[in-house]
Amino acid sequence: MSELQRLREAFRTSLDLPADAPVDDLRYQDNEKWDSLAHMSLVAAIEDEFSVMIDTDDVINMSSFTEAISILGKYGVDFNE
Amino acid sequence: MSSVFTLPQAAKEEILLKELSALVEHHRENCEPYERILAASGYQPATTVAGLPWLPVRLFKNLELKSIPDDQVYKVLTSSGTTGAEVSKIYLDKAAAGEQTRKLGATVQSVLGPKRLPMILVDTKAMLKDRKSFSARGAGVLGMSNFGRNHVWALDNEGHVDVQALRDFLEKYGDEPFLIFGFTYLVWLHLYEVARDNGLDLSNGILIHSGGWKKLVDQAVSPEEFRKRLAGVGLTKVHNYYGMIEQIGTIFLEGPTGGSLYCPDFADIVVRDPVTWEELPPGKPGLLEVISTLPTSYPGHVLLTEDLGVVHGIDDGDWPGKRFSVLGRLPRAEARGCSDTYREAA
Repeated sequence: MSELQRLREAFRTSLDLPADAPVDDLRYQDNEKWDSLAHMSLVAAIEDEFSVMIDTDDVINMSSFTEAISILGKYGVDFNE
Repeated sequence: MSSVFTLPQAAKEEILLKELSALVEHHRENCEPYERILAASGYQPATTVAGLPWLPVRLFKNLELKSIPDDQVYKVLTSSGTTGAEVSKIYLDKAAAGEQTRKLGATVQSVLGPKRLPMILVDTKAMLKDRKSFSARGAGVLGMSNFGRNHVWALDNEGHVDVQALRDFLEKYGDEPFLIFGFTYLVWLHLYEVARDNGLDLSNGILIHSGGWKKLVDQAVSPEEFRKRLAGVGLTKVHNYYGMIEQIGTIFLEGPTGGSLYCPDFADIVVRDPVTWEELPPGKPGLLEVISTLPTSYPGHVLLTEDLGVVHGIDDGDWPGKRFSVLGRLPRAEARGCSDTYREAA
């Protein structure tokens, strides 16, 4: 599975979305499932999936799917294979 | 470690006076009730931080105070007051919501550093059951949980201490720094006593706690005693904090040596005589006024609280600026007078 697919999966699982739900345009709290509680699970899921440890500032700033991609880039996850 | 506790008092006041004066103008232009209150109380531009016009915090229970159009409201925070019947309403737009999260993060990172630490939440997950309406306690726990990872709840769904969960956590993470967050009373009752009785080693823990001392004072536990007894179970890194929903994102944090709360660079406090409203010098207890640059979407930038406090010193502690303590709540009847005046004016 591509890095992008893995990230989409992590979003769907932690936000409790259907398997085919589009997530690329998701923004924190625009989707009612992505609240502060779900944010904790999401961060944990992403950390597990990509074996990274995300700093506090990045947890706070991870406010959209797109933002998650650019933050993960800093931790060496490459989305342009 | 980057810190938001850096400015000596004089430098801070120079910056805050400029920023807060601009905020006063911003809210006058964008919040009509605020403008009317200021006009009715004979507003003159301030020449000192203590001269900035304040609102009694209770006013947010009586009036809808916001400086943004309805369609920009992103989040409405509510808090039940001590009476339960009255609720403060705090309106945030996206910019204010983002900024308060970032500033709270920067404040807490001043003592934790940039890495998220394994975290013990001294509370129960059951409190978050209704995702739509958390209690203030739930919101506090959730806000802080961003600073941790591998969270463990110290209490089970029935509110009993889960000693096994704590043991497992300490087994895995006890040898490196870890974070403990909880309300003061819960920490005392459910962590300190349990750690003492079960021989749990909390010596790598950093405790951040809040929520008032009243219940502990009833048990004759003073803040000094609290610190001393926690040190007895190895917990020496302890930071109490003071903050309120009406100034969300701004917290006043206890310094490493204890005994005093400090103001972050973007905030300050003034202690006032509850009769004359004059600013009181260090050592004299009075009403606490809290000042912060964060409230941009509602006029909560200068608030007179109903809490009593005292400034212990200025530029003479762990961190620069004023250091102070919160002494408790002002007896109710006295506080009412001032907000009634404002209600009439509004």
